[in-house]
Amino acid sequence: MELILQGIIKAFELIFSFDPEVLGITLLSLKVSVTATLISLFIGVAIGTTVALNNFYGKRLVISLINTGMGLPPVVVGLFVTIMIWRSGPFGFLEILYTPYAMIIAQAIIATPIVMGISLAAIQNLPPNLRLQILSLGASRLQMVWVLIKESRLPLLAAVMAGFGGVISEVGASIMVGGNIKGYSRVLTTATVMETGKGNFDIAIALGIILLIISFLINLILTQIQQRQHPR
Amino acid sequence: MTSENILDVNNLVVRRGKAIILNIPEFYIQAERSLALIGPNGTGKSTLLLTLAGLLPFSSGQLFFEGNPVCDRASLSHLRRNAAVVFQEPLLLNETVHQNVALGLKFRHVNSHEIKKRVEEALDYFGVTHLAVRSAKTLSGGEAKRVSLARAFALKPRLILLDEAFTSLDPPSKEAIIDDLRHILDETKITAILALHDREETLRLAQNVAVMQNGRIVQFGATAQVFNRPNDEFVANFVGTESILEGLVQNSAGGLMGIVVGGKLIEAAGSFPSGQKVYCCLRPEHITISLACPGKTSARNIFEAKIKKIIRQAFFYKVLLDCGFPLVAYITVPSCDDLGICEEATVTASFKATSVHVIRRE
Repeated sequence: MELILQGIIKAFELIFSFDPEVLGITLLSLKVSVTATLISLFIGVAIGTTVALNNFYGKRLVISLINTGMGLPPVVVGLFVTIMIWRSGPFGFLEILYTPYAMIIAQAIIATPIVMGISLAAIQNLPPNLRLQILSLGASRLQMVWVLIKESRLPLLAAVMAGFGGVISEVGASIMVGGNIKGYSRVLTTATVMETGKGNFDIAIALGIILLIISFLINLILTQIQQRQHPR
Repeated sequence: MTSENILDVNNLVVRRGKAIILNIPEFYIQAERSLALIGPNGTGKSTLLLTLAGLLPFSSGQLFFEGNPVCDRASLSHLRRNAAVVFQEPLLLNETVHQNVALGLKFRHVNSHEIKKRVEEALDYFGVTHLAVRSAKTLSGGEAKRVSLARAFALKPRLILLDEAFTSLDPPSKEAIIDDLRHILDETKITAILALHDREETLRLAQNVAVMQNGRIVQFGATAQVFNRPNDEFVANFVGTESILEGLVQNSAGGLMGIVVGGKLIEAAGSFPSGQKVYCCLRPEHITISLACPGKTSARNIFEAKIKKIIRQAFFYKVLLDCGFPLVAYITVPSCDDLGICEEATVTASFKATSVHVIRRE
C-alpha cells in the first residue's frame, strides 16, 4: 500500500516540477502520435471516401479487409515495419530503424485502417439521394465529395479520437521500431514498460498518469467540438 | 423539336442489368409549363425525372436540352446547372438554413453579396425568412420542405424537378406548400416537372400530365383532357373515373356556390369567391339517373341528359351522359333494366351540391 502511495506522491512531484526527462518523453509521445494520426487522417479519409462512393468488383472484400485492419495487432505492425526498414530490407537504405520516424510510420499504419473504416461507414450512412441532391444543385464531383466529408464531420471526429487513442497508448510497435532509446525515441508507453521492469514504480506511475491526462484532454477537446455541432 | 420545348426525348432507354426500366420513344417538355408524371409505384417516374435532370445515365437514345443534345460532359454539366431537383426527403445539410439555401450558389462561385440577396429572396418566397439562422436539423417536416424548395429556387433554374416532394407531409402543411408553389411557378415562369401520385395535386399544379406504366408513357396531354378521356382501362383506373369539369364561380354565398360549367349552372358546397376558376369533380356513384324529373329532393343539381354510351362493367353499367357537359354515372344492372334506358335516350341526372368536389384552378 505504501508503495502505491509513495509512487503517486513522487509521480505528482515529477509532473509539477516539470522534470526535463519526463517532459521530453511526453513531448515526443505527442509529436509522434499526433503526426501519425494526421497522416492516417489524410490517407484514411481519402481511401475510405473513395471506396464508399464507388462501386467496383470486390468492394465487399475490400471493406472486410479494412474492417479487419481496424484491429491490427501493434506487434505484427512492428514486426512488419522492422523487416521493411531493416538494414538489408527493401527500405533499409532510409536508415530510419530505431528513430522517431520509424515510430510515426508504424503508428500511422495502425491508425489508418481505423480512420478508413469509420469514414467509410460514415459516408455510406449518409442518405443515398444526398449525392444526387448535391450534384443537382450544380456541384462538381470534387465539390460533392467535399460536402459529403463535411457532412460526416461528427463520425470523422470520432475516427480521429479512435485513431489517436489507439496509437498514443500503443507500446508493441513503438518499442520494436523505436528501440526505446533514452532522450531520442523513448515515449510514454515504452518508458512505462521499462521503468516498471526496473521496479521504479514512482516514475512508471507518473508516466501512466500523464498518459491518462493526455488521452483525457484530447478527447475532451474533440468532444467539445462534436457537441457544439449538435442542434441548438 | 421546337424552341418552345425545354426538353426533348428521342428513343430514350434506361436499362438496369438486363431489365429495361424506362422506354420513351418520344416525349417533350414545354417551357414555362408544369408537367406531372403520374403512375403506380415502381413504374419509372423517379427514374425518368432523374434522367431528365441529367443525374442518371441513359443506355441509349437522345436527350435535348433547349434544342441541344446532352451527350458529353459539358452539355451534361450545362443541363445540371440549369435544372434543380427537390427530393421527397428534404436532404438538408447539418448547417444553418441560410447556409443550406446558399449551397448551390456557392458551387457556382456567386459573390457573397449576391448570395445573401438571392437566399433572402428565396426564403421570402416560401415564407421562411424567420428560420434563416436556425440549424436545419431542428426544423419541422413542413419547414424543412420549404427550405429545400427555397434552396432549389434560389438558383433561378430554367427547370425544376420535384420527385414526390409532398409525400411525407401532414395535410395542412401540404395544402399550404402546394398553394405557395403554384403561385411561385406562375410568377417565376420556371418550367416544372413533378412526379406525383395524387389526382388533386396534379390538378392543382400541372397543366399537362403524363401517365406512366411499366417504364412507358401511356398517355400524355392536358390534365383535364387526360383525366376526362383516359385512353385505356389502365389510365382510367389510375386517374380515377371522376368527371372533371372546368368551371367559373358566378356567385358565392352562405357556403353555396353557383358555378358555370359548359353554359349550365352547377350548385356546389364551398366558398370560393366569384370569378374564381375551378375544377368541379364528380364521382360516378354520386350521380342519380331517373326517367322523369324527380319531385322534392335534396339534390340541388338536376339536369336533362342524353345518354351517349352505356358500357358494361363487372357488376354495373357505366353510363356516359351529356348534360351540356360530360358526366359519368354508375347504375346497377337491375336499375338499368327497370329504367329500360338505352343509348341516345333522354334522362334526368341529379346530384347533391355536397357531392361536387371543387378544386381551385389557375
